[in-house]
Amino acid sequence: MTSTQQLIGSDPGWIIALKGLIVFIVCVVATLLCVWGERRIVSFMQQRVGPNRVGKFGLLQSLADGVKLALKEDLIPKTADRIVFVIAPIISATTCFMSFAVIPLTGHVRFFGHQTVMQLTDLPVGVLYVLAVASVGVYGIVLAGWSSGSTYPLLGGLRSSAQVISYEVAMGLSLVAVFIYSGSMSTADIVAAQHHWWFAVVLFPSFVIYAISMVGETNRAPFDLAEAEGELVGGFHTEYSSLKFALFFLAEYVNIVAVSSLATTLFLGGYHALPGLGFTESWLGGWFTIVWFFLKVIGFFFVFVWLRGTLPRMRYDQFMKFGWKVLIPVSLAWIMVVSTLRVMSQRNEGKIVITSFTVGVVLVVLAISSLFESAKNRREREDALGEVAAPSFPVPEIPQPRAEQLHG
Amino acid sequence: MAEFDTPENLEPTSELAPVSELGLAKASEESTPIADQSPSGFFKQLLGFWVTFATMFKKPNTVQYPEVKAPTEERFHGRHQLNRHPDGLEKCIGCELCAWACPADAILVEGANNTPENQVSPGERYGAVYQINYLRCIFCGLCIEACPTRALTMTNEYELADNDRGKLIFEKEDLLAPLRAGMLMPPHPMYPGADDGTYYRGEVPGSHPSQSPEANAHA
Repeated sequence: MTSTQQLIGSDPGWIIALKGLIVFIVCVVATLLCVWGERRIVSFMQQRVGPNRVGKFGLLQSLADGVKLALKEDLIPKTADRIVFVIAPIISATTCFMSFAVIPLTGHVRFFGHQTVMQLTDLPVGVLYVLAVASVGVYGIVLAGWSSGSTYPLLGGLRSSAQVISYEVAMGLSLVAVFIYSGSMSTADIVAAQHHWWFAVVLFPSFVIYAISMVGETNRAPFDLAEAEGELVGGFHTEYSSLKFALFFLAEYVNIVAVSSLATTLFLGGYHALPGLGFTESWLGGWFTIVWFFLKVIGFFFVFVWLRGTLPRMRYDQFMKFGWKVLIPVSLAWIMVVSTLRVMSQRNEGKIVITSFTVGVVLVVLAISSLFESAKNRREREDALGEVAAPSFPVPEIPQPRAEQLHG
Repeated sequence: MAEFDTPENLEPTSELAPVSELGLAKASEESTPIADQSPSGFFKQLLGFWVTFATMFKKPNTVQYPEVKAPTEERFHGRHQLNRHPDGLEKCIGCELCAWACPADAILVEGANNTPENQVSPGERYGAVYQINYLRCIFCGLCIEACPTRALTMTNEYELADNDRGKLIFEKEDLLAPLRAGMLMPPHPMYPGADDGTYYRGEVPGSHPSQSPEANAHA
């Protein structure tokens, strides 16, 4: 029982209900702003101006779009499985909101006279809960693709689920190092453990793996194969219209905010101020920490948009290869190193042992990467040769020096 | 054929020579970077992020259209216009060459005879009915090339959208150029002493007092 858990446990019911409402509102408003922000930022990256008509700077554009969507005709295809077709977007949208329950938005604050933190609940296995809820969210995508009774949605749904599941493995593995270092799976404890050093610095490889897999997990560019317009029309939501489509739209953006918030919480010190600005944390009776939290989330969001504006979409097989053959093995190896170092420091091993272990790891990494490099060069050489040396008509033997070059 | 070269040597340098003789040298030079398919380094690839980031601070190309209207090119093909001679008589002689030239069959012309009481254009004939259907027009300008009297030209006006198909068939009144200074609203007699050739050669300076309705009423 940590202090945060005690604080949250002592909340009266109406404060819990109020917090739940606030979480919901924050998510919806964040979605509206995110859609607008993304369109504007991508526009500027493409030397356009984007939506600037509805409201000041076009801020109300996504609201107008939402109203338009809601007023549109709601179609259910004849071949669709009606019940599942309706349930799927609901699953998708609700699970995204649920993961927000364990994200700490502020430090200790006074909320209507009660000392508390802006966090709906603090589970001892909070991060696992987020992963579990995200996995349930995949059902929304799979079921939507399957129940549409159409080819493109089915393929899109399959891609999406394969993608989310495989990147969730890498994501889960990248979090293991965080658990090892903070000694807890509760989000509040993890934030507290980053009081001195952010885990993004201490566990940099984990941070990179998480950052990559969170883009894959949210089906965003350059990993948005599930809705590759050129191949799959709209992917799993091709057959959806009106409010149901709006729910998927909402789910996508809430999901982005959710994974960004989780990344902020786990790697960037959550609601803590930037290093050297710790004095700001007590401003406004502690409420100022929410500004830090959302600044970091916005930073992540900007990177999401930046990726979309810069990178072309990956090919499906490349993407899966990258997830299973690069991210997961690297994660596993990194966990081994981190846990070994952790055990060493807990046993108070001498500096020499730790240093020699580190040097050993670095050497092994260098050796393996150079092996990969030479294998790659060799393969490229052979490929280049193969292209030239395989005409369909009879050709003379390969001259001797060339054969040596080819076979070592 | 007997010798195998390394891929680099197999670059078709010798074959490129005739291409450059054909004046295509520039094109082949430009295509060279695309032919380079060697994998670029990790940091080289990251340069792309700088491109998008730096573009954010460039001035957008967008024109805020309804409020700001960028001028068209001088010879932009916009709405048609039926021109007038300097004294106000119409240049159109109702020959229908524009209608015949039109590949989209967008133009309808019906000619009629000029009479001394009803002189609309110099010479024998004038365009009594003149319609352009902007639902069909493809703005190719062949009608303008076909017109023997430069009666039909194109303006730079491009805001032709409407909410009714009927409104997009432009009548003669919609297409006629406005009366400028010194012009009189036809029908009125031709310039004294001038014939259609004089008009055609542009020797009519403007309207003459004898052409005005008042002068004709007295007569």
